[in-house]
Amino acid sequence: MDLSFRHAWSIWRRNATLYRRTWKLTILPNFFEPVFYLTAIGIGVGAYISDIGGMRYIEFLTPGMLAVAAMHGASFEVTYNVYVRIHFEKAYDGMLTTPVGPDDILIGEVLWSMTRSLFYGGGFFVVAMLFGLVPFPGGLAALVVIPLAGLLFAAIGFAFTIRIPTIDVFSFYFTLFLTPLFLFSDVFFPIRERLPGAWLIVAEALPLLHPVRLARSAFQGEWGWVALWDVGYILVVSAVLLELARRGVRKRLMS
Amino acid sequence: MTSTESDPPVVSMRGVTKRYGERPAVDGLDLDVPEGQCFGLLGPNGAGKTTTLRMIYGAAQPSAGTVSVFGLAVARRSREVRARLGVTLQDNVLIETATARENMRIFGRHYLLDAETIARRVDTLVEFLQLGSHADMVVRRLSGGFKRRLAIALSLMNMPELLILDEPTTGLDPNVRQGLWSRVRALRASGTTVLITTHYMDEAERLCDRVVIMAKGRAIADDAPAALISTHLAREAIEFDCDEAEERRFLASLGNGVPHLRTGNRTMAFADDASRLQDALRDLDGGDRRPIVLRPANLEDVFLSLSGTRLDEDG
Repeated sequence: MDLSFRHAWSIWRRNATLYRRTWKLTILPNFFEPVFYLTAIGIGVGAYISDIGGMRYIEFLTPGMLAVAAMHGASFEVTYNVYVRIHFEKAYDGMLTTPVGPDDILIGEVLWSMTRSLFYGGGFFVVAMLFGLVPFPGGLAALVVIPLAGLLFAAIGFAFTIRIPTIDVFSFYFTLFLTPLFLFSDVFFPIRERLPGAWLIVAEALPLLHPVRLARSAFQGEWGWVALWDVGYILVVSAVLLELARRGVRKRLMS
Repeated sequence: MTSTESDPPVVSMRGVTKRYGERPAVDGLDLDVPEGQCFGLLGPNGAGKTTTLRMIYGAAQPSAGTVSVFGLAVARRSREVRARLGVTLQDNVLIETATARENMRIFGRHYLLDAETIARRVDTLVEFLQLGSHADMVVRRLSGGFKRRLAIALSLMNMPELLILDEPTTGLDPNVRQGLWSRVRALRASGTTVLITTHYMDEAERLCDRVVIMAKGRAIADDAPAALISTHLAREAIEFDCDEAEERRFLASLGNGVPHLRTGNRTMAFADDASRLQDALRDLDGGDRRPIVLRPANLEDVFLSLSGTRLDEDG
């Protein structure tokens, strides 16, 4: 690892400078997407569900959707945007003519993806507050889950993007990876009660369950030992995937 | 010329090979770029020029051999090396949705320059590369010539001691090329070492103090352009269409000592005073005056003679 934080920061600032030009376009969808979900699923579907573990359905749904928002925020950045920078803009080839190194590029992009997940997740958090769904002050702890989920999905997405040969492969990533995660990771219903035991093991191995469970613990104010496993999972899997991404960057950009 | 023989070279490559799989893109290359010169790396597409450049700024590692720049080993100290050089890649790397000035500011940060220095250099470079009229326009709307100048401006943000230009004028209009050449000359005059790759021999002849001709990953010639021409061929050339039998008779009439090239139906013959060749051909043709071009020999001829087209001085 040959990381220069200041050079990585120049990548973050590049993205931030460009984002400043378009944030107005992305902030409205960012805001309305959670409003739609909370209204349609939480209030609409939830009306037919008396309660779920002693909660209203919308209260069960909200922390899960917060983790999903963080996942999406980071994922869009490290998939399409990074792919465009590698293959169409050749931005990294340009950066590698400056003192910026390959590890700086990776870390700069991951930090920026975490920032995007904060915008997405933070937007959702604000909407949830307006719906009166965030308990004070315990719910604030869920804000920490956002960058953790951002880190995890930035590492996964970057390791994937740096290796794929064509942009079409992203449809697999979104439809066959992120969508099932979204549907079967305790976001919409307690998987423990509805899915077979075998899936529970698979879900523990997959990434989304952990931030969902952490966010729910924060909202309910009930912390157990499993939270340590969840944080540990996120940090270890992120580290492993960052190492894979690091090798991928060298192979893709510096051979 | 600002350098002497005793100055250490800015770039020094020894026995450098770069293999992709089995195929060597660069094959046992030795190269010295003297300080303060404009140095040309010539050769057709696929000769290994870009790979050579990538190894110089550390974006590719040699499979064998050593590369040092400013006396520093690139393998270990590429960050330091890159802080002191600038590279304009073959494809412009620009942010299409940002203005020219914004591009320069964003790129300047990769060199960790402070805002004040960046602002000053942006102004200087806007003037130096005559970007003024379009500097606040979004890059997407700029012409090819403006984009190319902006790409060069980016690689000058750190005021490099060594500027590397990969095919700087490919695909540009003649007047734009002339403009760029004058900027390169100005940089060289101010003491910047310039390393340029091109497959345009005229570009190399006009700009470069010294050139290396590459073919199949090897350096096949290394000298000043004029010296290459006079060593390998002669100062002047005549060119004419003829069949092979005519060519044989023509060369025999001159005693078979004349360097010559043949491409397709056309023969080129070289001599320091080519009017003697022209007279010989006229004598041979009798009253039948075929069109003859008499011109100075150029690097293109040297390249042709070195890279395959037959050049056999004894016929």
